[in-house]
Amino acid sequence: MITVRDLSVVFHVGGREVRAVDGVSFEVGTGETFGIVGESGSGKSTILRAIAGLVPSKSETLEVDGQPAARRRSRDDRRKLQFVFQDPYASLHPRKTVDDILREPLIIHREPNIDERVRAAIADVGLSPLHRFRYPHQLSGGQRQRVAIARALILRPPILLLDEPTSALDVSVQAEILNLLAKLRQSYSLTSILVSHDLAVVAHLCDRIAIMQRGQLVEIIGAGDLRSGKVSANYTGKLIAASRGFSRASA
Amino acid sequence: MTDSLLVVDDLSVTFPGRTAVTQAVRNASFTLGRERLGVVGESGSGKTTMGRALLGLLPRTASVTAKTMSYDGTNLLACTERDWQRLRGRRMSMVMQDPKYSLNPVKTVGTQIGETALLHLRTDRRDAQMRTLRMLEAVQIRDPELVYGLYPHQLSGGMGQRVMIAMMLIAEPDLLIADEPTSALDVTVQNEVLRILDDLVRDRGMGLIMISHNLTMVSSFCDRVLIMYAGRIVEEIAARDLKNAKHPYTRALVAATPSLDEHRAELATVTRDPEWLK
Amino acid sequence: MTDTLGHWLMSEAPTSRRQAVLGNLYRAVRSIVTNPTALIGLVIVALLVLMGAFAPWLSMGNSPLTQDLAGRLAPPTDKHWFGTDELGRDILARTLYGSRATLSIVALVSVIVVPIGLAVGTVAGYLGGWVDAILMRITDIFLAFPRLILALAFAAALGPGIENAVIAISLTSWPAYARIARSETMTIAHSDFIQSVVLQGASTWRILFRHIVPLCLSSVIVRLTLDMAGIILTAAGLGFLGLGAQPPTPEWGAMVSSGRDVILDQWWVATIPGLAIFIVSLGFNLLGDGLRDVFDPKSNDR
Repeated sequence: MITVRDLSVVFHVGGREVRAVDGVSFEVGTGETFGIVGESGSGKSTILRAIAGLVPSKSETLEVDGQPAARRRSRDDRRKLQFVFQDPYASLHPRKTVDDILREPLIIHREPNIDERVRAAIADVGLSPLHRFRYPHQLSGGQRQRVAIARALILRPPILLLDEPTSALDVSVQAEILNLLAKLRQSYSLTSILVSHDLAVVAHLCDRIAIMQRGQLVEIIGAGDLRSGKVSANYTGKLIAASRGFSRASA
Repeated sequence: MTDSLLVVDDLSVTFPGRTAVTQAVRNASFTLGRERLGVVGESGSGKTTMGRALLGLLPRTASVTAKTMSYDGTNLLACTERDWQRLRGRRMSMVMQDPKYSLNPVKTVGTQIGETALLHLRTDRRDAQMRTLRMLEAVQIRDPELVYGLYPHQLSGGMGQRVMIAMMLIAEPDLLIADEPTSALDVTVQNEVLRILDDLVRDRGMGLIMISHNLTMVSSFCDRVLIMYAGRIVEEIAARDLKNAKHPYTRALVAATPSLDEHRAELATVTRDPEWLK
Repeated sequence: MTDTLGHWLMSEAPTSRRQAVLGNLYRAVRSIVTNPTALIGLVIVALLVLMGAFAPWLSMGNSPLTQDLAGRLAPPTDKHWFGTDELGRDILARTLYGSRATLSIVALVSVIVVPIGLAVGTVAGYLGGWVDAILMRITDIFLAFPRLILALAFAAALGPGIENAVIAISLTSWPAYARIARSETMTIAHSDFIQSVVLQGASTWRILFRHIVPLCLSSVIVRLTLDMAGIILTAAGLGFLGLGAQPPTPEWGAMVSSGRDVILDQWWVATIPGLAIFIVSLGFNLLGDGLRDVFDPKSNDR
């Protein structure tokens, strides 16, 4: 579904060149949930944005749904790929109701039955019809994230990119959203890429996981191997150990 | 854990609001000895408010009441601003979440830490400088002289947090309250900072209150854990016994946290029982 | 009954778009009305509008144009509450009717300046690059013109009159709004909610008009209200110089000008319209201050 070969993203910050992503290659099969994990500065979010066309990038191959992804995406291209952002407080327009927000993609793409589809989308993400005409500031963080997910899925894209979707949420809310995502990827037959700094979250939802460090791909391992610690790279081992919590033994 | 450093009995904190009062903390009671006590809760649980109440850092509009709130015999409820100034930094200290917002951006690291030392330790400039360098070493900063002359914006997240710890511990307090000290840090750096805290607490016999939303971190680092919900302490338990917690909220929280050890198809969600609010 | 209406409007779970929008509007109006500064300003501005609308009835039967040379420069009496001017015309009537000139200038300038400013500012802020550079240089050029001098130039070229005064004032006012719109746009152009609409395939036009402009409106409205005082004063200044509304149409600035010569003995001729200018400018200033507090509570000095 998604093929990435030798992807690089370079930013120019204050005269210096920063290689946010350096020669990364991987493939995501149809229906797969692929995880990208790394610490800050690893480039994991940048990869996602490059695939979505939000940042300029260079690559040998960047294919989405079998087609090469152009720098300038057409409206039809946009139907194939949607995004859920990290911050539920910043990803919804403060002056638009939930209804407005969900109608927008349908209006842009001239879809029929807007009213019905908005109602269905709200129900799909576990919100009540009472939420439909609220403004974002009248919703909790978890509810906003549900709206963001509903918005991403309302056009039924085959591909969903998620950038730290639960990092800003409480543990109990995170659990609800992760369960929701698990349910939706089934019912919507989604191919997704999930980016997170939290190894446990990624291991919970993903089949295969890419480990990133400072813009470079360290290795790709299966969720099972991650749990059992069967990894080849040193860094991955360190990451897993650190994620298990504090340990006095390794002092 | 022979004598208690901190005794809190029936602490409540309320804030006035436009329509009604908000009860941020309700009837909280606990003691702290020379140990690591974790306070875990989600947003709105009151854990940060409680931490600040213990240091007198709440706005004047907040109403803080308790049967007892004493530190090493001193009644904290009766403290005037001058009393607080004598206690804070010297006897009790606080490390907060993001060093970016807690360090003075226009002063060098060395100056800031040195000032804290001068303020609390009645010593001269040279001695303060020496203590600062020694403290920077104690927090595992490899080149203390270099870092001494740096400004906060030149520090990485982990280094900034270590500088914060150095600044808060230079006056050798007995009690340290850490409010989400590692939330803004990468997980590998997190554990390094925790290790430093651990060593310092052990070597100096300090009491440490670790406030966090991260159950995994708190349960692996602390000796005892308090679980807070809607302003109340709903459970007090030894860290290693968390898996066998009694209160349904604690159990739900443990079950809702994804873990690397076991694969669950669905994470347990927390059904909020209004009973917990009583 | 009003209680249930109030509840319906303040409901946290609106059941229709109409309810949500009306509720929002209600909340906004309430916050304006409960702010003392804004309320006083609003009342004054409302009075201005009422004055203009009901001038014929409020003039106590006096016409602003009827001359009475025998009764010229008469002091305030029962018949003429504010006295008469140098041609015997009732000053009360002229002041009331004069508000129409002020109102039309205020309305026309707003209607011209806000759309141009928003258009230029949002396009420059969103597209950036050379589009931004060119638009900002054009803005700079217009900013450099002094208002009154430009108005004089227009009057000299095209003849005096309200329309040319409006054009002159608009041409020198719009740059400020372009700058405000541009800086607001630049703040939000890279925010997640805008990126998300980009990802949905919205056209640039749609993004600017439906997503960015609504967020610039409150700053622009505050600036406009605060600018009003200056615009009114400029219009009065033009009138004073004889470049605004032409006689015999009453206009406050022109009235002050014609009362200049007799100001020591017949103070009311110049002072009454002068007071009107002052109060209305003050009203707009207070309204603008109040609106700024309401729209951005962080700017309060509470």
